[in-house]
Amino acid sequence: MNFDRIREKLNILADAAKYDVSCASSGSNRTNKAKGLGNASKMGICHTYTADGRCVSLLKILLTNHCIFDCAYCVTRKSNDVPRAAFKVQEVVDLTINFYRRNYIEGLFLSSGIFKSPNHTMERLVAVAKKLREEENFNGYIHLKSIPGASDELMYEAGLYADRLSVNIEVPTISGLKLLAPDKKHEDFIKPMEKVKNEIVRYQSERKTIKNTPKYAPAGQSTQMIVGASGESDKDIMYSATHYYKTYNMKRVYYSGYVPVTHDSRLPAIGSAVPMLRENRLYQTDWLMRFYGFSVGELLNSQHPNLDMDVDPKLSWALRNLQYFPVNVNTAEKHLLARIPGVGMRSVHKIMMARKYRNLNWDHLKKIGVALNRAQFFMVCDSSYWERRDLDADKIKGMILQNSSGKFRGQYSTQLSLFN
Amino acid sequence: MNTSTTLVYDGSFNGFLTAVFMAFDEKINVADIQKNNQTQSGLFSDTETVFTHVEKAKRVWNGIRNKSHNAISNVYFAFLSESEGVEMILYSYIQKLMRTNNGKYLDYADPTVLHIAQLSKKVGREKHRMEAFVRFQLTKDGIYFANIEPDFDMLPLISKHFRDRYADQKWLIYDVKRKYGIYYDLNHVEMVSLNLKDIHHNKMTKNDAFTSEEYEYQTLWNDYFKSTNIASRINPKLHKQHVPKRYWKYLSEKKEAV
Repeated sequence: MNFDRIREKLNILADAAKYDVSCASSGSNRTNKAKGLGNASKMGICHTYTADGRCVSLLKILLTNHCIFDCAYCVTRKSNDVPRAAFKVQEVVDLTINFYRRNYIEGLFLSSGIFKSPNHTMERLVAVAKKLREEENFNGYIHLKSIPGASDELMYEAGLYADRLSVNIEVPTISGLKLLAPDKKHEDFIKPMEKVKNEIVRYQSERKTIKNTPKYAPAGQSTQMIVGASGESDKDIMYSATHYYKTYNMKRVYYSGYVPVTHDSRLPAIGSAVPMLRENRLYQTDWLMRFYGFSVGELLNSQHPNLDMDVDPKLSWALRNLQYFPVNVNTAEKHLLARIPGVGMRSVHKIMMARKYRNLNWDHLKKIGVALNRAQFFMVCDSSYWERRDLDADKIKGMILQNSSGKFRGQYSTQLSLFN
Repeated sequence: MNTSTTLVYDGSFNGFLTAVFMAFDEKINVADIQKNNQTQSGLFSDTETVFTHVEKAKRVWNGIRNKSHNAISNVYFAFLSESEGVEMILYSYIQKLMRTNNGKYLDYADPTVLHIAQLSKKVGREKHRMEAFVRFQLTKDGIYFANIEPDFDMLPLISKHFRDRYADQKWLIYDVKRKYGIYYDLNHVEMVSLNLKDIHHNKMTKNDAFTSEEYEYQTLWNDYFKSTNIASRINPKLHKQHVPKRYWKYLSEKKEAV
């Protein structure tokens, strides 16, 4: 192996792949077979974290950054003047195996610029996965990118070798897509998703009757949307995320704050700040929808098309719906406990168990890990002290903000600083 | 008055469980349970030595497991935390568990239960970290070798993970702090103790024990680590929270930072 050449290629192709935020290695139940190499970990493992604090669990690279498309938001678009490179199939296989053996990674995340045609590109991606599985007996995690416009046959084959498949929708609205990626059609994104979803459903139902049905994309599908590139509202983003969760059984939708990479009048200029706080609020909303039993319409609707920046979405919902509070932690049902601001699902679980033994008071709740600075306004417990004043939403919000500090506070505070 | 007794065991988990068995069986009023290398006799208590008995230990293990699977892993994980005085807290935890009809519900408002749950969580967190942060280096003998220096005694917990995963390569993980390692010879994992001349941190200087290819891959991995960083999102605090500094010296991607 010519290490210098590989090194050069790796630098170019890893750099180009980093804007894909997904690095999950969880959700697969693939096990080591015939004393081969690798064993997927159901919960996923982050082997290290980049200096910006993102998980590195997979070797995330492009097969090539040559591309025939010219999408405005993309760093590898045709008209951008960047060094180009391409890996050979065997080179990717060798890198993956050697990194895996040293416990650097959970597996491979392979994406690619589109060279020649979508089918031609997809074929090469599948070839890498096939070689890893069949020749190297590799049972680690493989995430392949579904190339928009690839044929159904190739998508079928991809699912046989990969644990997860993903298509990045990138722009949440169809009008935005027309503006920023004029060469791409919305249907091209949808078709591979639809195919993979149908195959997953088919394989799952077959497994019910035939136990040794081979695995088909056991970790499901995911997608990604860019936030803050085409002027969409939080409501647009979350409604379209809900659509993908429901229609295509997505395991995850990722939200990626747009990092300006090019000069283009259609996009934020280079050097403008990455909307990290907004991204954070979107993920919080996503979690509330998936684990806390909120529906998207409760959190975002035509009266509230955007999320509050100064408080988290659950607190913001609670402040708009004070009629549901206070909740009695010792008697309330689980789904109501989950709606109290400052109470996470782990605390809900602990409260449910502990209250079988005794009524809980503030002390117990604090030790269990409830964030009382927020929660105290929304609950009663086994104590004679609780918030009796009839406070309105603004008052509560003010008191919470006054008694807490947030890591993003500097970004939205309108308070002028005295000393700088 | 019933005199209290201090039970002294050999430091192993089975030894501890045997001590618990004795305490229940002989209805001993336990003053303390101590490891034999750090005993401290109390003024008003007798001392009794516990001889590890696997069958007795197994009965305690099964007894706890029958109450709750969650509880047995809590007990084992909390024990491996090696935290001072954990034995007595565990003993009272087991007593409480045995008194319940149904071990499914844990009383998290009880300080003992919460403490054990938190200890077990700490150990679980480090187990997960170790599965992530072990960095093998290929020696000229064809063994993938790694040094670790965990806060808690991790090797018994991570051995299955690595055996399942690296079934086709020989590997050795050595705990620098506790001076023992586990070695997989393609068939079994066994405990080994060895005299290491020097600890193999991921140093900038090369060592002859490792293949030259090893250093090439370390360079590639280092480069990869750097390329994946998005400079406009830099967040050192978050980075350190996820990858605490004490692990850095064994991580090849951080060798320039150490």
